[in-house]
Amino acid sequence: MMARGVAGRRALAAQAVLERERITLPAAAIALDTFPKRLTHNAERFGDRVAFREKEFGIWHEITWRQYLDRARAAALGLDALGLRRGDIVMIIGDNRPEQFYVAMGAQAIGAISCGMYQDSLAEQLAELINFAGTRFVFCEDQEQADKMLEMDAAVPTVDRVIVEDWRGMWRYRHPKLTSLADLEALGREAHAREPGRFADMVRGGKSEDIAILCQTSGTTAMPKLAMLSHRNMLSQGENFHAVERHIGPGDEFVSYLPFAWIGEQMFSFTLHQQVGFTVNFPEEPETAQRDFREIGPHFTFAPARIYEGLHSAVTVRILDAGPIRQRIYNAAMQAGIQAVELEAEGRRVPWRLRLLRALFYWTVYRPILDKIGMTRMRVAWNGGASLGPDYHKFFRAMGLNLKQIYGQTEIGGISCVHRDGQVRFWTMGAPIANTEVALSKEGEILERSPSVFLGYYRNSEATAKALREGWLYSGDTGTMDPSGDVILFDRMGDMLQKTDGTQVPPRIIEDMLKFTPYIQEACVLGDGQPFLATILNMDMRNVGKWAEDHGIAYTSYTDLSQRPEVLDLLGRLVKETNARLKPEWQISKFVSLYKEFHPDDEELTRTRKLRRGHITERYRDLINAIYGEASQFQAVVTIRYEDGRTAEMRPVMQILTVGR
Amino acid sequence: MTCRGQEAPIAGPYLDRVERVPLVDAMLVAERLTLRFAGITAVDSLSFSLRAGELLGIIGPNGAGKTSVLNCINGFYHPQAGRITFGDQDITRLPPHARARLGIARAFQNLALYPGMTVLSNIMSGRIIHMRAGVLSSGIYWGRAERELLEHRARVEEIIDFLEMEEYRNHRVAELPYGVQKKVELGRALAMEPRLLLLDEPMAGMSADEKTDIARYILELREVRGLPMILIEHDMGVVMDLCDRLIVMDYGKKIAEGPPAEIQHHPEVVKAYLGEEHIA
Repeated sequence: MMARGVAGRRALAAQAVLERERITLPAAAIALDTFPKRLTHNAERFGDRVAFREKEFGIWHEITWRQYLDRARAAALGLDALGLRRGDIVMIIGDNRPEQFYVAMGAQAIGAISCGMYQDSLAEQLAELINFAGTRFVFCEDQEQADKMLEMDAAVPTVDRVIVEDWRGMWRYRHPKLTSLADLEALGREAHAREPGRFADMVRGGKSEDIAILCQTSGTTAMPKLAMLSHRNMLSQGENFHAVERHIGPGDEFVSYLPFAWIGEQMFSFTLHQQVGFTVNFPEEPETAQRDFREIGPHFTFAPARIYEGLHSAVTVRILDAGPIRQRIYNAAMQAGIQAVELEAEGRRVPWRLRLLRALFYWTVYRPILDKIGMTRMRVAWNGGASLGPDYHKFFRAMGLNLKQIYGQTEIGGISCVHRDGQVRFWTMGAPIANTEVALSKEGEILERSPSVFLGYYRNSEATAKALREGWLYSGDTGTMDPSGDVILFDRMGDMLQKTDGTQVPPRIIEDMLKFTPYIQEACVLGDGQPFLATILNMDMRNVGKWAEDHGIAYTSYTDLSQRPEVLDLLGRLVKETNARLKPEWQISKFVSLYKEFHPDDEELTRTRKLRRGHITERYRDLINAIYGEASQFQAVVTIRYEDGRTAEMRPVMQILTVGR
Repeated sequence: MTCRGQEAPIAGPYLDRVERVPLVDAMLVAERLTLRFAGITAVDSLSFSLRAGELLGIIGPNGAGKTSVLNCINGFYHPQAGRITFGDQDITRLPPHARARLGIARAFQNLALYPGMTVLSNIMSGRIIHMRAGVLSSGIYWGRAERELLEHRARVEEIIDFLEMEEYRNHRVAELPYGVQKKVELGRALAMEPRLLLLDEPMAGMSADEKTDIARYILELREVRGLPMILIEHDMGVVMDLCDRLIVMDYGKKIAEGPPAEIQHHPEVVKAYLGEEHIA
């Protein structure tokens, strides 16, 4: 206690605050069964350790656990002062920032519900969800999102307040519903000064059965549904997951760059973060996420398949750009890696020569590549959401990255199964986590049961009754059990294709194989009730564009490039190569290179980039009829609506090609 | 992002450092400027003034003398006749660097960047007029020079944030698309913490999206920082939307002056832009 300077006084003051909080909220006396209780506890337990790190002005700024609590408390009391009540909903839209966590946590402290929304949603889509849920408060990151709300103002009568974090560009905005986060927090701080015990009282009043979050389900079939997840659902999910992944601990680094609305982000940056106490890092801007990710070098990551698919295609294309010697070394390295990974997956011994070779390649090939994508420190990378094709698993595991599959739905807090270390059989979804059971229905549907099974869909008892029966969650997926106890996923229940000869075909498996080439971005396999299989392809603009440049092929746009004879030739070759790896009744007979990419705004993909087959077959019915007819080409009529309301008509012609034997 | 909430203005500390020009009627006055090159009169007895916080547009056909006017203001050219007053100082004879120190900054039409240097270094070069550390202390670096450098870097980061260029921070300028290079040009001018900003076709060659962005920055500079600007731009939609007042030039002469709504229907302007026949 020799310190008499500023630092010393500060430490004393901090201690005094701590003492005070102990008096108002004795941690031992209450169960840590809600998120706000956890946060209060963590602010004591971890104090000045780093909870968040955010890059701003080119520098990483640290936010301690104590500051996290301080901001969350200010948000809670501010929301309270503005009239947010128990059971109300706060919707949160924007790129990942710590502020979203303060507001979500603040809302939950009141007993209200936080609900993330996808920041790239159109204004109309947001309005639909807001009205459906009867949302009262909306939190927007910036002007872009605030504009969507104001544009829809008349259409969303239930909204009382729009809280905006970054006021930039809004100097003239005087809409009565608008409040800045800074003002909200100032209100909260005033309230705290007036009534220091109020926050602790509110937190103490929270119950583990209260709904903590509403989470949009990916909804590949219909209008998105909002799953109600209680504090208990989420916290038990985190505990049961941590029970099988014990290595995650304080001092680990995690990067938060996937949408806040995604259950995966809620699992890690919100739930596991509170339980374990690692550091969550926020990139400066979405555009700098990759570089910032590499700067942090996280210890683990959780991402949907499209991220791994993107990384794979980025690496492959760079290698295609390298000189012939490097390419040969790379190919040899990948071959050795894949060979070893296949042996490992089958549980067989890897010969010592192969092991030696891999050690050599680790330093010469794998590690330098992993370094470029910021994954040298990574202990484990989980894939979730849509499943990742076995080819991708082999690719990343060959490089020494511990890539594992997580299986689960939003409705079960995001997870029921995960691969165990040392038993990664990449054709499976892994084994159930702690306190979780998986079973199969008579129809082959995967059923799950755990303390994390959700409370139901918000205001949709019909869908709830379908998904929840006798405590089991009906996943809507078909699958089977591996003798080892791992779960094997076929496809969505309704997605299996049945050809006229009765063959069952899981389209996803074929699509994953097609997408593995860097030139195909997306594929949709058709053939339900048809004599043969066909596919609609989206070429990968970046990679095919580069390929075209390298081959001296001139083009103007995606539409133009997609129909160039050379490109169709390339795609034809790729389909043929894929066919060679498929059994005859699963082979593709015809394909079309679509004039545009599938897009969530056109409802062809979900926001997490899963195919919405129903919408696609509906939208392209004429094209599909042409494919199964005699035609060799098809002219689409497309109306484009510009933002200013003008419309234009486009008539792209697509070739329908038969794949050679 | 930079700033949170209403009370924190757009550029944070940067704003506080901009000395507000007292609200006198005119902060820049040009009186009967005449500039001749070997018999060609580029600027012909031009008089105009710029009020504090005003966004003044100069329009006119190619070769009307618009850029020459800017060149006279920042000191590249010295007019043969006439007078330019900035604040209460006669700057007609001052060299360009002295005018830069007074706070006149310019973003060039044809980029004047260092292509081999990064975005960061290019914008940092705009800070040179504010650097105080001498050769000796800079050579030693630690201490005074380091502190100063950090301060300058903080200002540059604010500008990078303002212009939304985080992803390009460490890219070499030569590798960047044209639209981004134009933003760097604007960024460097802003790094000087100007009291008057001269913008010479800041949107030329840009896509519609990029133009919207630049328009947003210009508006923000005017609304939030009250920075007076002179804008030369060919996109009439932009000029009419943004500017408080317009000067129309043709053959070095001012043929009209006034708010955009008036200028749009001014017969002389229509004549200069569209030709004689349209008037009838």
